[in-house]
Amino acid sequence: MAKKLMKGAEAMGEAAIQAGCRLFFGYPITPQNEIPEYMSARLPQVGGTFVQAESEVAASNMIYGAAGAGERVLTSSSSPGISLMMEGLSYIAGSELPVVVINIMRAGPGLGGILPAQGDYFQATKGGGHGDYRCLVLAPWSVQEAADLVQDAFDLADYYRNPVLILGDGLIGQMMEPVEFKADRRPCKPLAPKTWASTGWKGDRPRAIINSLFLDPEALERHNQKLAAKYAAMERDEKRVAEVGTDGQYEVLVVAYGTVARVVYTALDDLRQAGVRAAMVRPVSLFPFPYEAVRRAAEKAKAVLVAELSTGQMIEDVRLAVEGRVPVHFIGRQGGMLLTPEDIAARVRELAAGEGSHA
Amino acid sequence: MAQHDVVIAGFGGQGVLLVGKMLAYAGMRENKEVSWFPSYGPEMRGGTCNCTVVISDRPVGSPVVQHPSAIIVLNLPSLDKFEPLLRSGGLLCVNTSLIHRQPRRDDVRVVAVPANDIAIELHNPRGANMVALGAYVGSTGAVSERVLEEVIQETFAGKPGLVEANLQAFRRGVAIGRGESTQEVTA
Amino acid sequence: MPETLVFGKPTALTEVPTHYCPGCTHGVIHRLVAEVLDELDLTRRTVGIAPVGCSVLAYNYFATDFHEASHGRAPAVATGIKRARPDLIVFSYQGDGDLASIGLSEVLHCANRGEKVTVIFVNNAIYGMTGGQMAPTTMPGQVATTCPLGRDVEQAGYPIRIAELISTLRTPAFVARASVHSPLHAVHAKEMIRRAFRCQKEGRCFSLVEVLSTCPTNWGIPPAESLTWLEQHMLPYYPLGVFKTPEGPDRAPLPLFGGA
Repeated sequence: MAKKLMKGAEAMGEAAIQAGCRLFFGYPITPQNEIPEYMSARLPQVGGTFVQAESEVAASNMIYGAAGAGERVLTSSSSPGISLMMEGLSYIAGSELPVVVINIMRAGPGLGGILPAQGDYFQATKGGGHGDYRCLVLAPWSVQEAADLVQDAFDLADYYRNPVLILGDGLIGQMMEPVEFKADRRPCKPLAPKTWASTGWKGDRPRAIINSLFLDPEALERHNQKLAAKYAAMERDEKRVAEVGTDGQYEVLVVAYGTVARVVYTALDDLRQAGVRAAMVRPVSLFPFPYEAVRRAAEKAKAVLVAELSTGQMIEDVRLAVEGRVPVHFIGRQGGMLLTPEDIAARVRELAAGEGSHA
Repeated sequence: MAQHDVVIAGFGGQGVLLVGKMLAYAGMRENKEVSWFPSYGPEMRGGTCNCTVVISDRPVGSPVVQHPSAIIVLNLPSLDKFEPLLRSGGLLCVNTSLIHRQPRRDDVRVVAVPANDIAIELHNPRGANMVALGAYVGSTGAVSERVLEEVIQETFAGKPGLVEANLQAFRRGVAIGRGESTQEVTA
Repeated sequence: MPETLVFGKPTALTEVPTHYCPGCTHGVIHRLVAEVLDELDLTRRTVGIAPVGCSVLAYNYFATDFHEASHGRAPAVATGIKRARPDLIVFSYQGDGDLASIGLSEVLHCANRGEKVTVIFVNNAIYGMTGGQMAPTTMPGQVATTCPLGRDVEQAGYPIRIAELISTLRTPAFVARASVHSPLHAVHAKEMIRRAFRCQKEGRCFSLVEVLSTCPTNWGIPPAESLTWLEQHMLPYYPLGVFKTPEGPDRAPLPLFGGA
């Protein structure tokens, strides 16, 4: 298939369709409305179904139902709506169902604003809803990567029977870039038939009970440990990371994800021309977090700079990775304000020169 | 040139998002790396509207550009907002049909385009955006004129009457951008 | 002499003994639903949805595939299942706290979209599983653990009549209220449930049957007297009957001027 110029939101919708998703349930919220709008037009063309739910609470329970019936299903929202979906996500994780959820993050807390932010990192990677569960979290930095990760997300969700979150921001949703959908794409994981799905019991298999209720504490503990083993397998097998310049020599390592990493990428260009040596590690999977890659790259630097559109959330994982071996500094903007390459470059220069250790 | 980045700004309805997309699309057709990023949200409701287009030989870094190498401004609020941000030595395409103040910067190159007047003269009053786009392309060579003309043909393929009108508008802009045409308008 | 089976357990019920309290009518309603599923030949393609409430473990008692829903969201879950697999028969089984309180939005919108699912709504005028708190359906003056002096309509308003409320929507196909406090009423209730599932089987949209039920434990009334209490206190406020049929007219409000 030839390259097309597409908005990130639309590319993610199309990616879901290319991945065989025929069901979308969602509720309007800025800045991600292009996803439901695209799906409402596109799904009927491929025999699929679009439902505008009455709320994000309902949408998250509709995907629970559809996934339990064995079908690939997508929802998308933005930060406040994702908060409302946390109930459904906890049940989906507890019931071990595969769903894909796109969060086009906006600035918070509360109603916040509608401009890009990365304030939902904790919510996405550390649970969000109640109980002891994890979502696999993928953070694209380009429209092409968004399309690729959405397709992978469906395979990962099915393989692990677990919700997969795509964590983007207003930039990735709104921007247009060339996208290519490969006609010969193969699933990124081996996929087994969904024999566990609720499709009507005819006596030829155990009854399908889609459930997260375990009143017997021993049974629930076994369930918790089974989930934990699954998350451990994700941590072993599903780390994704991209690195820029870490094979060379550098003074400062910048860690950033999503579109902020694009800004860092430009800053690194400017710094290189100015003779300042810096490199970047970009976590693509936020859970599992690529601790080893960050630690390895950090050990070669004299300072680490974490850049986020928040007051500092991923920095906690970076600190865990670095284990105090190298000072970890922070640069961020909030409220929908963006970091510029100039902001990043200036801070890197300070750190390379041994200044700015006050942060 | 490794990278062209341009902010195109005007009133909602002047077609700035459309010409931005056409520019990005032309860049993609030339196998360059491109990105297009719009203003969105309350900014867009009723007021000014803008988009940023980056065309590069290398993967595009930030799709949002603090100090663009060119700006195309179709109305006064856009000139006020983006003129101070234009990179030193950059290109300022200013729509003199609607903007009656002189640019204040003396460290940038100014291409004055009476975009609306030319569009009206061509009996294509909605084509001012194409004139301005032409002036930018003629002046910078960010994409080839031929490829952009193909994009115009494809964009308006459903409305054949508009193809020729917009090609004419674009070519008039190109001529101004190249400095081949005076800014005199006969209409 | 060969034996002829004249009465047995529906195939749509499992052999698991229910956990319901003595005198609770949930078991009767389970059986009515199961009989209807069998009689309409739907059991093997049915997926049920259990609520949060006393019937939270309904998946242990119905011999069909089942989903457990979060509190109140069963109609949203039903929507997801039915949209994913329109060939399945999908029903939710919900109590009054689940449906009429926390899940009111979900059931109203499920009904209003005309999802081709069936809702069995069990109204026993109280929260059972959590220990007898006031429900939106609790009767005026009725004592509950969170209204120890009886439901005060000045504070809590009057009970919600769900069947009437849903039937004001134009979309739903079949809305009825029944009761199981006597054998005769149970026969009527089964007929209402049958009509609701038949609607779904025929591909018509949303159907709901509200079934009045007893809760001797939390009402603090012996089982036999509970049946009488239901008849005396609930029936006058919650009239039985069919509120909407597939053929019936839209219950448009009377015009302000010029109405008949």
